[in-house]
Amino acid sequence: MILSPAIIALEAGAVLAAGYAAYASAMAMQIIQGWDIASGSEQQLLLEKKTYLISTIFAWLMAYQIISLFLFSYTAENLHDLFVGAMCAAGSLNVNDYGYPTLVLKAFNCLLCGIWLIVNRTDNSVADYPLIKPKYKLLIGIAVLLLIEAIFQTTYFVQMKADVITSCCGMLFSETEETVAGGLAALPSYPTKVIFYLSVLITLRVGIHHYRTGRAALVYSLSAAWLLILSIAAVISFIAPHFYELPGHHCPFCILQREYHYIGYPLYLALFTGGIAGLGVGVIDRFKGSPSLHAAGPLLQKHLCLLSMIGYMLFAVISVYPMIFSDFRLEGY
Amino acid sequence: MIELSQVSKVFNPGRHNAFTALHGIDLSIKTGGVTVFKGPSGSGKTTLLSVIGCMARPTTGRIFLDGTEITGLPERFATLTRRQTFGFIFQNYNLIRGLTVLENTMIPAYPTGRNYQEIRQRALELLEKLKIESKVPMKVEHLSGGEQQRTAIARALINDPAVVIADEPTAHLDTELSMELLEIVNDLKNEGKTILVASHDPLIFESTAVDRVVSLRDGKMIDQETPR
Amino acid sequence: MKWLDRQRCLMDFTLSCVWRRKGKNLGFLLVYTLIIFVVCSVIFFSNALRRQADAVLHDAPEMIVQKMMAGRQELMPLAHQEDIASIRGVRSVEPRVWGYYFHPATQTNYTLIGRKDFRHGDDAVEVGQGVLRTWGAVQEDKLYFRMVDGKALDLKIAATFSAATDLVSADLIMMSQATFRRLTGMPDQFATDFSVRVRNPQECTTIAEKITGIVPGARPILREEIVRTYSALFNWRSGYMIVILSAAILAFCISAWDKATGLSAEEKAEIGILKGVGWGTSDILGMKFWEGMTVSLAAFFAGVIGAYIHVFFFSAPFFEHALKGWSILYPSFRLRPEVNLFELAVLFFLTVVPYTFITIIPIWRVSVTDPDLVMRQG
Repeated sequence: MILSPAIIALEAGAVLAAGYAAYASAMAMQIIQGWDIASGSEQQLLLEKKTYLISTIFAWLMAYQIISLFLFSYTAENLHDLFVGAMCAAGSLNVNDYGYPTLVLKAFNCLLCGIWLIVNRTDNSVADYPLIKPKYKLLIGIAVLLLIEAIFQTTYFVQMKADVITSCCGMLFSETEETVAGGLAALPSYPTKVIFYLSVLITLRVGIHHYRTGRAALVYSLSAAWLLILSIAAVISFIAPHFYELPGHHCPFCILQREYHYIGYPLYLALFTGGIAGLGVGVIDRFKGSPSLHAAGPLLQKHLCLLSMIGYMLFAVISVYPMIFSDFRLEGY
Repeated sequence: MIELSQVSKVFNPGRHNAFTALHGIDLSIKTGGVTVFKGPSGSGKTTLLSVIGCMARPTTGRIFLDGTEITGLPERFATLTRRQTFGFIFQNYNLIRGLTVLENTMIPAYPTGRNYQEIRQRALELLEKLKIESKVPMKVEHLSGGEQQRTAIARALINDPAVVIADEPTAHLDTELSMELLEIVNDLKNEGKTILVASHDPLIFESTAVDRVVSLRDGKMIDQETPR
Repeated sequence: MKWLDRQRCLMDFTLSCVWRRKGKNLGFLLVYTLIIFVVCSVIFFSNALRRQADAVLHDAPEMIVQKMMAGRQELMPLAHQEDIASIRGVRSVEPRVWGYYFHPATQTNYTLIGRKDFRHGDDAVEVGQGVLRTWGAVQEDKLYFRMVDGKALDLKIAATFSAATDLVSADLIMMSQATFRRLTGMPDQFATDFSVRVRNPQECTTIAEKITGIVPGARPILREEIVRTYSALFNWRSGYMIVILSAAILAFCISAWDKATGLSAEEKAEIGILKGVGWGTSDILGMKFWEGMTVSLAAFFAGVIGAYIHVFFFSAPFFEHALKGWSILYPSFRLRPEVNLFELAVLFFLTVVPYTFITIIPIWRVSVTDPDLVMRQG
């Protein structure tokens, strides 16, 4: 275990977040069981009051989750010089089997929290709260995932061992320890570029169609989801190398560094906005059958669709920027 | 038009201190005019007003506002309705100490999402109409009883509600100030607002401005009379 | 922009509330600021030290080779210099001669360095300002040493290091290698250790391996390893400080909880009025959000600015000793002001996040006050 302030911060945060999520899901359980909107009983009034508490907790959890995701990758970056052969965050995450799973879980939970907030917003927009039960079932699922995330993260940090000099023996660590591979598998850049920008165009086209007509919500949502996955591959394959101006450097974390003007933050935030809002469009579509959502649902979908398109456009613009304004050419190496 | 059908309110149901404040009230109040609820303290006047004003949900029964049922609304929507439709004047005025007359007047408009300057403008107009524009920058604790009353009225009117609810508005006023209040109430009535007052002050329920008096006792309506 | 207007109004109201109760808020704000100040100082200080260590080590030789025997360090025979220099990839091998001198009169340890190209001759020394201060009686610019065989040795102070390098050179006494050997009795054919420079730093490990094959008992220390060790050390130390401070953070959180729970009757009545006149639960939550933001941001900025001044202008006098520990980090430095986003994010996580989470439930409790409460109180 390495005891650095960042690790303590992340661990304390994970415990708090998992604790609050568990608390919220206990209340969610009560709501699923005892909810009766028609009743004016004190029991029902209390449950209604609790929905505010749960919403507040999740709004904060969402904010926490985003910061924690960045802090986690930054911490991994910061710790890399403790490990032989780790050149950046990609290497530190590889020192044991829990690094990457934790990161993936964090990102996934971020998406889920965002989607939950969208469902919550939809539900709160009509007076009969039609989504109350599915909403709280989803919440219990997220709480479980947050708990798993906390466990993974703790295991990752606990199993971490720095390669340091010990004064009692003259052994070289460098000699005996196996080096940590820092590279990430990257897709070939040229075809990825073509597929990525094509997908952006298609997604935007579908998005505009949905925005205008209100149809094809599911198609938009699916293409947004596909674009989300593709975008991460694109960052590794060609977007990051363009910012580094190094053909062999594919690390998706170093773009968060000051050397690259923290460009990773707007890049990833735009991506997450596009992804969460895009998935939200599809999730609302699933619940559109509820009669009271007939008016409010499509309107919210339109807003989310617009937000999602803005997110993806921003992402695409940032990714294109270095290709236009720098002499560096990735292809041909 | 406000309609109540079989409205009851029980506090602390199922417990040893359970208390039924309202018993099966059936009532319909037309838009416009002044209705006074009279009765001794504990007769359920205040509870009735808070149930009508979407502040509390009745335990049983239904309430309709202009034909729309508002009984089962969750708090989020009840608040919305309440803000748009009702203005409240409380017995102790319940102004917030430490804030100025202007700030106190503006408070109910803050969550509506209206523009700040617009709210301010509206508040100033109201305070001018109620003839306390000179007190605008003063903290409310330095006001006289009558001025506090007017500030409370301005606050009730800031969102331009259709219905104004007043709970024992003359409890802390002398006769002269009570008469002034009745004048203001009369003006509001002439503007077309519906006014609901709970009071056991004869000055109020015997006033010529009042269109209808509803008597309550032990949470039940006993009789209705219409002066004039 | 209805949403924006609403937030603007809530914020306006909140600020006027916070300002109205400034006396009550000030005490809490001070405690909050103090917590952030202390945690922030720890983070700034340890990271500044770490960066300084990196900077100092940047120019250090890629490798130091010591000789060990039976687990103890011993002198390095100069005979091995040629052996090491002949390894492919080694650019230069420089024997270093240094050690410590204990001055019995003042009970102080000084660092001695013997330089080959010492420019003041064999009967002179160059010393740091700290030596002049602590040595005791300095007569006629001469320092009196006791040699290894018990005889006296007077050395003239030819020069002093400038005060600017004081942090590095305070206890340093520099002399020629011949004088060093005379004083300490170190035999001519030995050195303390070798500093080895290599052409390609990536070959360090291979070269180190070869050295252990050629020189029996050799212990090569790579610069990279020193950097790693320092990193771990600073991480560990600041982490340890945070753990100690966590008691304070916890106490602070309890007081935050207490403050959020134990609202005065006046504040409770106010929230009752707000709900009575048409505010909803979300509006109260929104207002409390802005209140928390205001207090947190004020404390955060005040604490961070305070810590910045404390660490970079005054070199963190409050816990210099806890973190620096001069025996471990011998070359001390003047700290270069530098703050990055990461440090602030960690600080935010350690202070504002717990505060926010702790206050969620108490805030929710007051926010769900029944709106008809104002009516019922009559």
